[in-house]
Amino acid sequence: MTTHADAPAGNRNAGRASKGRWFAQVGWRHVVGVLAVAFSLFPILFVLSAALNPLGTLSSTELLPTGASVENFTNLFDKTAFGYWFLNSLLIAGASSFVSILLSALAAYAFSRMRFAGRRIGLLALLLIQMFPQFLAIVAIFLIFTTVTDLWPSLGFNTPWGLFLLYMGGALGVNTWLMKGFFDTLPRELDESATVDGASHAQVFFRIMLPLVAPILAVTALLSFIGTINEFMIANVFLTDTESKTLAVGMWGLVAGERNNNFGMFAAGTLLTAIPTVVVFQLLQRYIVSGLTAGAVKG
Amino acid sequence: MSTSLSGPGPATRTPGREPVGSGLPRASQGARNLAPITAAGLLVKVVLLGLVAGIAVWAAFPLVEAEQWTGLAILAVTTAGLFYLYLTRRHVPAKYLVPGTLFLIAFQVFPVLYTASTAFTNFGDGHRGSKDDAIVAIQSSSVKQVPGSTEYSLSIATKGDPATGPLVFLLSDPKTNQVSAGDADGLRSLDAGDVTVAPGGKVTAADGYTVLNFGQASVRSKEITDLVVPTSGGAIRSNGLSRAYEGKAVRAYDAGCDCVTDSETGKTWTADGATGSFVAADGERLAQGWRVNVGLKNFSRVLTDPNIAGPFFGTLLWNFAFALGSTGLTFVLGMAIALALHSPRMRGTNLYRVLLILPYAMPSFAMLLVWRDMFNTDFGLVNNLFGLGVDWFGETWSARAAVLLVQLWLGYPYMFLVTTGALQAIPRELTESTSVDGASPWQSFRAVTLPLLLVALSPLLIASFAYNFNNINAIWLTTAGGPFPADNPRNGATDLLITYTYRLAFGAQGAEYGTAAAVSIFIFAIVATVSAISFRRTRKQEEVYS
Repeated sequence: MTTHADAPAGNRNAGRASKGRWFAQVGWRHVVGVLAVAFSLFPILFVLSAALNPLGTLSSTELLPTGASVENFTNLFDKTAFGYWFLNSLLIAGASSFVSILLSALAAYAFSRMRFAGRRIGLLALLLIQMFPQFLAIVAIFLIFTTVTDLWPSLGFNTPWGLFLLYMGGALGVNTWLMKGFFDTLPRELDESATVDGASHAQVFFRIMLPLVAPILAVTALLSFIGTINEFMIANVFLTDTESKTLAVGMWGLVAGERNNNFGMFAAGTLLTAIPTVVVFQLLQRYIVSGLTAGAVKG
Repeated sequence: MSTSLSGPGPATRTPGREPVGSGLPRASQGARNLAPITAAGLLVKVVLLGLVAGIAVWAAFPLVEAEQWTGLAILAVTTAGLFYLYLTRRHVPAKYLVPGTLFLIAFQVFPVLYTASTAFTNFGDGHRGSKDDAIVAIQSSSVKQVPGSTEYSLSIATKGDPATGPLVFLLSDPKTNQVSAGDADGLRSLDAGDVTVAPGGKVTAADGYTVLNFGQASVRSKEITDLVVPTSGGAIRSNGLSRAYEGKAVRAYDAGCDCVTDSETGKTWTADGATGSFVAADGERLAQGWRVNVGLKNFSRVLTDPNIAGPFFGTLLWNFAFALGSTGLTFVLGMAIALALHSPRMRGTNLYRVLLILPYAMPSFAMLLVWRDMFNTDFGLVNNLFGLGVDWFGETWSARAAVLLVQLWLGYPYMFLVTTGALQAIPRELTESTSVDGASPWQSFRAVTLPLLLVALSPLLIASFAYNFNNINAIWLTTAGGPFPADNPRNGATDLLITYTYRLAFGAQGAEYGTAAAVSIFIFAIVATVSAISFRRTRKQEEVYS
């Protein structure tokens, strides 16, 4: 951050002097902003250019679009099971982010508002268990689900519900901590007065607390949605049938072998994958900034 | 779960803030001391418990059929426990904690414990099952064709995907025309009505199976050659892709001496319980062993075996550098930009923010792969744009710089977002008063803004460190751990412990689940220690500043 504050000292031209001051106070901020935006956008521009590139290969793609063709998009739907992957990902990520925020909101409410034996240990245990990445237990998970596939095929390998259950194992954890921090910031008088008025604990939770914690619900739901969409390693072990794959597994397959030739299709898929997240992101933007930090301050 | 409206009683509004987001009118309760059981609450409870009962019954049938009594007992106890918990009016905290905890135990705690117990065994390729399994495998793999043995027509089939599903032999006996399906578990006969047999005896279709065509089968010929179907007299093996024979086992197990004897050469291999394998007098081991407890051997191997310990400590060092680097660089850049845009005179900040956080909203798995291709030596964007010819992923330090740059791009929008939020929480009067006192912007940043930011953000920084420490996607999808030294294809320059573990467990060199599990426990211990220390320091800091 260099400040270009050295406006020519002996300059008699008042207009230029004020321009110099403007630059020292505001202008350089725009320079930083523009540079940052350029850094943020150039890989995305490259993806856009690749997606529109009629040749569809990596070696023929340049930073700026050289053509405009929707061929890559139509190929993506005609030649691959992209439609299935998209639906699978939306289903799994949508269901698991919804259920996981519900489960962790329930737990966060108990941790924040109730005092019971094992509360401290429970909170610490949550933090500790989460530090053992689920992926490291993949061998054990594989063996468990081999049995599950034999007994209940509809929850086994290659099913969205099996993967959903697996992701639910991590539903309590960081989200619970984040939400507990937010619950703690709400004044206790609110639910105490409701209890005095005769509300049950369930009514306090669903009618009073949940609406008030909307920002943190939005944040954790979005974070868990993004996390699930991007989860690759476990899904890669879990889903092997073409039509049961998620976006991450399916699109990895597109470029794992023939990275050059399928690059256009891959880029088109990347843009389509981003759409749901970007839409939700822009809708929830104001919640995200306040929610993330409010939860963190009291973490 | 929606809030169903209910509740008779006078309308006394709870004082306090209005609900945010939800437009539902808040029903109010009568001023009674004991919370009443409302009709709607009861209904929800009945429906949910009914659902639990339904799922339990549905899950019980396969358990009964498979005679899994332990599983059935666990299911029954869990269901009964849930019913007790939600029908009593006591144990209120448990009502909120149990749903998530059940998932946590089943899919997180149990696998972790299982992994921990694996760390004390020799589980891996060649040591997968029990001793009996190993004996069956030894006997059936020694099967040789003898004169007069039965010949079958063979079709290769699978129940899953033709390219990856488990293989099944569809065998038809030319003498009896009986068709059977065989896999590593043995032979089952199929009903004549369920199969289509072509003239000549080859099975062309069977209910529930996908028959592989010649092309699909020849791709998997190695697996087909390796598949042995045990039978009472010996085993069935393939002979090419369309014939199979039933042969006799040359090697046989003798329980008397606890050894395996080769009837052709007369050599014997005696069982060794300590290593879980059959060992001959000259030290030769049979490839098929079984799982035994090896105590702390895996742990001591990780620390002392030069083949593992050297890479382990090198990787550990880089792992710390990577986690600190990704967290630190993203934080510094994100914070710098947030500070630059944080000015009351700044216009257009919303537009900047929308554009800046786009990388965060892009699917990271895909963007990692895109970055991998942008660093491509021959036609990658980075080399093209700057007219370079750098082999980015071919050299140790350029590969490390590249993955850190990718992490920076992916991670700084998040840091920018959270810093922006935290900055808004710092009262502007604080920094204004320092400038009145004559402090330079840098001094006021050092003395006021940064400490306050760190108090607010250090839990997130610790979480980010813990996440990046095991950020398997970041490495696996870009460099896949490479570049590898010529003499060690198991451990590359950008490998994190977790990718190293992944390669140990699933790599082409043969699976070593036991060692991989031991490394997992080391990783866990390291991350837990680092986080515990930093959380403790954070708490101290918070007491000082707030």
